Amino acid sequence: MRSGEDGPAQCQGGSSEPSRPSAAPPMNTQSRGPLTAAVKARSLTKRFGEFTAVDSVDFDIHSGEAFGFLGPNGAGKTSTMRMIACLSPISGGSLQVLGLDPMHNGSQIRSRIGLVPQDDTLDLELTVRDNLFLYGRYFGIPKGELRERVDELLEFAQLTERANDRVDPLSGGMRRRLTIARALISSPELVILDEPTTGLDPQARHLLWDRLYRLKRAGVTLVITTHYMDEAEQLCDRLVVMDSGRIAALGSPQELIEKWSTREVVELRFESEGDEAHDKALADLAERVEVLPDRLLLYTDEGDATLEEVRSRGKFPIAALVRRSTLEDVFLHLTGRRLVD
Amino acid sequence: MSLSTSPALPRRWHLPLALRAYQYNLLSYKRTWRGSLTTTFLYPVLYLAAIGVGLGRLVDHGSTVAVEGLPYIWFLSPGLLAGTAMQIAVNESTYPVMAGIKWIKTYVAMLATPLEVTDVLYGHLLWIVTRVALASGVFLAVMALFHVIASPYAVAAFPAAVLTGAAFAAPVMAFSATQETDQSFVVLYRFAVVPLFLFSGTFFPVAELPGWLQLVARVSPLYQSVSLCRDLVLGRMAGVEYLGHIAYMGLMLIGGVLAARVTYRRRLVQ
Repeated sequence: MRSGEDGPAQCQGGSSEPSRPSAAPPMNTQSRGPLTAAVKARSLTKRFGEFTAVDSVDFDIHSGEAFGFLGPNGAGKTSTMRMIACLSPISGGSLQVLGLDPMHNGSQIRSRIGLVPQDDTLDLELTVRDNLFLYGRYFGIPKGELRERVDELLEFAQLTERANDRVDPLSGGMRRRLTIARALISSPELVILDEPTTGLDPQARHLLWDRLYRLKRAGVTLVITTHYMDEAEQLCDRLVVMDSGRIAALGSPQELIEKWSTREVVELRFESEGDEAHDKALADLAERVEVLPDRLLLYTDEGDATLEEVRSRGKFPIAALVRRSTLEDVFLHLTGRRLVD
Repeated sequence: MSLSTSPALPRRWHLPLALRAYQYNLLSYKRTWRGSLTTTFLYPVLYLAAIGVGLGRLVDHGSTVAVEGLPYIWFLSPGLLAGTAMQIAVNESTYPVMAGIKWIKTYVAMLATPLEVTDVLYGHLLWIVTRVALASGVFLAVMALFHVIASPYAVAAFPAAVLTGAAFAAPVMAFSATQETDQSFVVLYRFAVVPLFLFSGTFFPVAELPGWLQLVARVSPLYQSVSLCRDLVLGRMAGVEYLGHIAYMGLMLIGGVLAARVTYRRRLVQ
């Protein structure tokens, strides 16, 4: 687990990281060891009328780690985020954020966290700079200090050249970066990102990831929801997979792959229909065989050996691919392949 | 567990939270104020010139008895002051509230910060009252230019107009927060704002209305403001009637705020 080396205590120097926003110094950094819980949830539940969106989940998010929530649409990720961000009251169980109770200290907690909501809430009529400035005023940051902070964040988000343009004509990637910069205006200890890169092109995503790495290195705790597996694998120290309001699995990406999948996957495509028949014939070669409409997946620890075995049994697929297991395999295994809208 | 280590808010965070929400409106108005120039500054001049002077000349010459014994523009202008205060208040507490909730999501953005729902509500209400105060001040100044202010009591018509704005804004904000679309705002205008504007003694004395309508007019909300502003501008001492009008609008304000606290919370905290 990497969270140990990312503890906030080591990261206050900042000299190696010139363009990092002087985010920070959260006030009681020294007292928090790297494994202090930034968020602690026990039997946390959220109901909307009859519908249970989050069904009695338990998790701890350590200070300084990047923690991910994965799950299909409707799994309860956003509801969980909103409770952590003190935007939505909990319906049951208990929740502690930065050591405080969201029910009674919501305002105080929110003053120490930054939220990147799923939908941007920027004021399109105003300029990039004004959006940052006005948001900073909500936190009561004095004007002089705020102006400096805004300039730093414009730099951080690579928006300095657009500072005096209205938000309206900006691209999706720029708006997202602005939203993230805005969430950092108060030098938060905890940043919550709800699907930060949905709808962005690859270049914009990579730029955003880079900014998130920098935050992480600066000791900021990140809580991220996503349904991009590569994003989760890249960014998260630990993550949970949620399904239907419950936690299906919890661990580091590597742990999850080890626990819920095999080391490698052999993907086979056969000429004829009737993969079911192949399935039966090959079932004993792998720990698990999955039949998809267009191909067959063999979960195995030694992909090449398994593929040899397949051929030696006289089965010759028109295409064969041996690859390492990914988080996506875990995700699909845990949440199924049915489509959720 | 670690409750004891939770830091108190740093000292610098002194500006009351509702004022931070107010500041958003103020600063964003500074960037976009040109758009409201016509409604705030030009309309009162146009109205007083066209209806007060132009139409007034016809009214004053045509009728054997002047309206309440006054030149028409003297009668009309305090009524317009009250009516304008109402219109601006309603304008600012319908579409901008929807914008805060849905279109621009200013409210949503604010709620992710230390601000609470009541801060968002009070900040916006205070802003609407500021807008009304600005427009009412200009309107009174224009009235002074037209020489239609009869009494030093007219100074008190300013707070009366501001109270009018607050009294209409609060309940309308409460209503707006319950709406999913802006369609109902058109209905609100057609069936409430416009009839109130026309029949609350703004353009003619309610005594000209048929009997039962007179009664309806006299208990309608805008009538309170029109009478109050008119009596003050003309220096007519109305005594206990003043108190009645003020109490009526005070109740609208308090009731509206209480209702808005409920509807805002219901809408914004889920």
